[in-house]
Amino acid sequence: MLPTLNGRIQTRIFMLVVFGGLITLVLTPMLPGDPDYRTTYLILAAVLVLGIVWELVYHVIQQFRWEKDWPTMFGLITALNEGALVWLLLDLELVPGIDYPSDGVPFWAFFIDFTVIWLVVWIWTNGPMRVPFIRWRFFGGRIV
Amino acid sequence: MIDPSAASVVPTTDPSTYLPAQPITGDLTDQMLETDFWTDDLVASAGIPIVDVPFVTVGGGIGSFVTVDYLRIAGVPTSQMRVLSTLDFPWQTYEYLTRVSQVPRPERIRSDSASRPDNIWGFPSYGFAEGVKKFNPKVLWQLFSEPIFADYYTPKAGNVFEQLERESKRINYDEMLVKGLVRIVRRRYGGGYFTILTPPAGASATKRVAFRSQYVHLAVGYPGLKFLPELQRYRTENNDYQHIVNAYEAHEHVYERLVQKPSTVLVRGGGIVASRILQRLMDDREKFGAQTNIVHLFRTYITGTNDGYGNESDPRPGGGRTRVTMRRRGGNGWAYQGFNYPKSVWGGQLKAQVRNLEGEERAELYKRMGGTNTPWRKLWQKQMNQGRREGWYNCVVGTVDAMEPSGDRIVNHVRTAHGVVPIEVDFVIDCTGLEADIAEHRLLKDLLEHGGASRNPVGRLNVDRSFELIGTGSGNGAMYASGATTLGGYFPGVDTFLGLQVAAQEIYLDLNKRGFCKKIGPVRSTVQWWKWLAGSTP
Repeated sequence: MLPTLNGRIQTRIFMLVVFGGLITLVLTPMLPGDPDYRTTYLILAAVLVLGIVWELVYHVIQQFRWEKDWPTMFGLITALNEGALVWLLLDLELVPGIDYPSDGVPFWAFFIDFTVIWLVVWIWTNGPMRVPFIRWRFFGGRIV
Repeated sequence: MIDPSAASVVPTTDPSTYLPAQPITGDLTDQMLETDFWTDDLVASAGIPIVDVPFVTVGGGIGSFVTVDYLRIAGVPTSQMRVLSTLDFPWQTYEYLTRVSQVPRPERIRSDSASRPDNIWGFPSYGFAEGVKKFNPKVLWQLFSEPIFADYYTPKAGNVFEQLERESKRINYDEMLVKGLVRIVRRRYGGGYFTILTPPAGASATKRVAFRSQYVHLAVGYPGLKFLPELQRYRTENNDYQHIVNAYEAHEHVYERLVQKPSTVLVRGGGIVASRILQRLMDDREKFGAQTNIVHLFRTYITGTNDGYGNESDPRPGGGRTRVTMRRRGGNGWAYQGFNYPKSVWGGQLKAQVRNLEGEERAELYKRMGGTNTPWRKLWQKQMNQGRREGWYNCVVGTVDAMEPSGDRIVNHVRTAHGVVPIEVDFVIDCTGLEADIAEHRLLKDLLEHGGASRNPVGRLNVDRSFELIGTGSGNGAMYASGATTLGGYFPGVDTFLGLQVAAQEIYLDLNKRGFCKKIGPVRSTVQWWKWLAGSTP
């Protein structure tokens, strides 16, 4: 996927709203530690907001690449830094709006939800997305 | 066929097949040739039969193919479109050029996994299909880790052709194909165009047939690939077409001789074709014990990071060195790049950037990201390193001042930084890929003179963002062009598989606005993709 900054942000919002929203809806009742919907969706929102900031960072890195590309692998491994930052903020109880339980947000609940969403979004953007949206890949990943 | 004395190395149609020696009725008149806009009466009075069809595409190569493929998927029936071509099938010229330049069917071409001219969605990509079908984890790992830990995945030429054949059958391409040569497209008084086809001898009662259409699409490919002037001079003056060859003409005899007799070969050029030819020469050493010495002549020797202007410190407009944000890897003479353009020209940042640039600024960016280059591939590096170590692969930097015969051999007087050096070799393989001017193509020349077409900042055909040829509009009709002839426009990668699809998509969108075809929205697109997968007609 070789989108522009605008396209990356649009795609990220689209993916997290559609897939993130649906997966969180289905997974929340099954997650360990029984987090409520309010908590899981607020975490999803935090991933989304921080993700837009991350895109700015990635954009700067891209400028140093001759091809102005973003290898497929990078799209997967950036789960590590992005996930770690969100978890750190959760651990420090810095994500606003969440009623933090006394023993904190359950780690495995976060880990499972985050990982499943990331994998599905990564797979979808690297192929199937091109089926319904034929203009998307030539349009810098922009949806509108 | 190839006329050995001609300057072009791309096979041209034998004129005798298409221009019957005996004058027959229905030919172009002088009045027609001098008139920019033709009336229906003018054509009819010349005795040229008129065929009505809304859309014709001229060329019949991969550019025409992907365009009609898009339109078929957008719901246009075969009866509404005609492909006017001298080719029997769309990949004919491409397969010829790749085969002689040492990419036969089992070898891999230089193209991205998702650049599939047989599949407008690019999904599943060639690599994904190859990895899953034969369950090949190595290919899947390559797709995942390219270009960081592995060379870019590239598809096998044979697979590309087989898939094109499948898609061609699926969209009933042959129903649209009309064989013949097109040298003139003129605007029609009242709107639309006349495209004059010269059918093969005996195929028609008249010498020409006129296709009257609202839309014309041109995808005639490279205007011509030329020999370097000094090579051409040597060939004609010494009547020697055996020892000096272009990589794009059939030259298997060279490799056969090299296996039989230890010889020295001069390879000229620093691009992908030179890489391929070197691989063949080196493969033959390894497989058949050929004792070939290779002298590799670079005009520009890349020593490290570079851009389209050359090495770090080479002169560039505005002075300075390569920009930190615009520099490419290089070394040992070569500039390294995965594909023929930086990857983001097909959809990313560079595509968006060029789309908004005009004139000089656009030409400047083209130049900066251009320059001859080749991919860094493990195998090639290994072979060249071995050659350097063992002393049978040597590089020279310079240009050739003169060439003269010396018995069976050829002496090249090479101008280097240290003066003129004579280099005596048995064969010269030219891999420089010098391209002809568009005006050398008769159809394009006519369009520039009579059709209202103009040149872009790089000198090729000037198209707008929807690939309509600027200045050629005719009433409610429109003329489009895609492929190599439009290089230099608002979209850079035109002469590539993916570039042809980008163009086809813009053309389809424009035709959709004009009401010629349906919109490929998410639903239609998904339904059509399943049809593609199942192999059923769109």
